[in-house]
Amino acid sequence: MKPAPFKYARPDSVDEALALLQAGGDEAKVLAGGQSFVPLLNLRMASVESIVDLNRLDDLAYIKRDNDTLRIGAMTRHRQIEVSDEIRAAQPLLCRAAAEVGHLAIRNRGTIGGSLVHADPAAEWPLVAAVLDAQCVLRSQDNSRTIAAREFFLAPLMTAIEPNEILCEVRFPVAPVGAVWGFQELCRRPGDFAIVAIACQLTLDDGGTCSTASLAVGGAHSTPLHVAEVEPIISGSQGEAAVMTAAAEKAAAAVDPSGDVHGSADYRRRMVKVLTQRALKEAWAQKRKRALQ
Amino acid sequence: MAETQFAESQTIRVRVNGQEYEREVPVRRLLADFIRHDLGLTATHLGCEHGVCGACTIIMDGESVRSCLLFAVQADGAELQTLEGLADGDDMHPLQQAFWDNHALQCGFCTSGFLMSAVDLLDKHPRPSEEEIRHGLSGNLCRCTGYANIIKAVQAVAEQSQS
Ligand SMILES: Cc1cc2nc3c(=O)[nH]c(=O)nc-3n(C[C@H](O)[C@H](O)[C@H](O)COP(=O)(O)OP(=O)(O)OC[C@H]3O[C@@H](n4cnc5c(N)ncnc54)[C@H](O)[C@@H]3O)c2cc1C
Ligand code: FES
Ligand code: FES
Repeated sequence: MKPAPFKYARPDSVDEALALLQAGGDEAKVLAGGQSFVPLLNLRMASVESIVDLNRLDDLAYIKRDNDTLRIGAMTRHRQIEVSDEIRAAQPLLCRAAAEVGHLAIRNRGTIGGSLVHADPAAEWPLVAAVLDAQCVLRSQDNSRTIAAREFFLAPLMTAIEPNEILCEVRFPVAPVGAVWGFQELCRRPGDFAIVAIACQLTLDDGGTCSTASLAVGGAHSTPLHVAEVEPIISGSQGEAAVMTAAAEKAAAAVDPSGDVHGSADYRRRMVKVLTQRALKEAWAQKRKRALQ
Repeated sequence: MAETQFAESQTIRVRVNGQEYEREVPVRRLLADFIRHDLGLTATHLGCEHGVCGACTIIMDGESVRSCLLFAVQADGAELQTLEGLADGDDMHPLQQAFWDNHALQCGFCTSGFLMSAVDLLDKHPRPSEEEIRHGLSGNLCRCTGYANIIKAVQAVAEQSQS
């Protein structure tokens, strides 16, 4: 199994990469960590005329905090996010999600930008980007635009990116005061893609009453799905069991899963309900744990 | 600065197990094939060639990577370690010795990938719990041993280094 022949260039700056991508036309693609793209090339499920390798672009690998925004360069590796103290302090849900991406050797190479553009509906980064309302910064040779993650994902392995664009940065809001989160993933073995995954972030006041809530589902829909309908159910509550059940039923009704060898559509839908309840419980438990400290 | 151009082959320099190599390679050559065919270092095995089995795991610039998911041109300027670089002359690396002592291999096809993954695991978690070992090696497949003895071998090395 060898990739079909292609031409290769390894630019030193984003501007150069954008020019090469433009020159390559529709038949050129960028290479990030290669952990999704190279398997497709090796299996000859994909072929390309030219490859623009982003791996020497230090100007795309960074973690920066500007007040309430975390800015993560697209070439930042999963592993760098998993172990970043700065991210752990600002938005620990990102570290939690990063630890679930594949295996150590995959996390050493794979990038957040590559995962978002690859847009596997069961992947962790698209899910977390949807739940936290992340913003994607895209550049082409003569344009730059920012698009909300919730609008970026269109279908399995399909996003709103244009062939001449590079995803340069992902922006996450820093967790607000009172924020708690839950992250639940069902998979056969650690490192496997999720069968279903749920992420949520709530803000709770001192008494434990919820003021804002965001919840998203991975692995059970054609894209990561932000389920806006659960917010009015959870807001104003204190995490009573009936509220969690109502929210979980709402989430299960919102998804349109397809079945495969890892789980039927019906199983996935039922797991959305179970994992939503667990994720919400986890979030409120965080609050109680903090109160004890 | 010279403008970067698309190319079909490229001359690369890599250090593998401390030795410098310079070779011209077609850009589509996988790093795993470069190591095996161009350099003749055949301890690195290829099982699936799409990132799933871990047999081809090597250390690049200090971190474990799948050599079947990298092109040789991407390793230009890098420092690589393969299984051939693990032993110190005739003295086996502690992980190799522990695999021997604990009967952690049968056919041996997966062993080089497991050893290189374990090197990175112990580098990042010098005192791993059993669960951390299982997670750390979850990206490597073995069709013979049932894994129990592989976990035991890595535990043995972790315990040695603590005492
Ligand atoms: C065995 C195995 C297990 C895995 N398990 C998981 C898992 O559990 N969860 C999970 O989420 N992922 C998993 N992955 C996939 C992994 O996370 C990849 O790293 C990720 O999906 C793609 O990122 P990459 O940097 O490797 O991108 P690449 O593979 O290099 O690229 C993927 C696609 O995105 C495009 N692209 C990449 N970066 C950019 C950019 N900045 N701008 C524009 N286009 C870009 C490429 O052209 C390509 O089409 C697994 C992979 C393997 C091999
Ligand atoms: S041969 Fe590289 S992971 Fe299987
Ligand atoms: S010892 Fe045979 S595959 Fe692991």
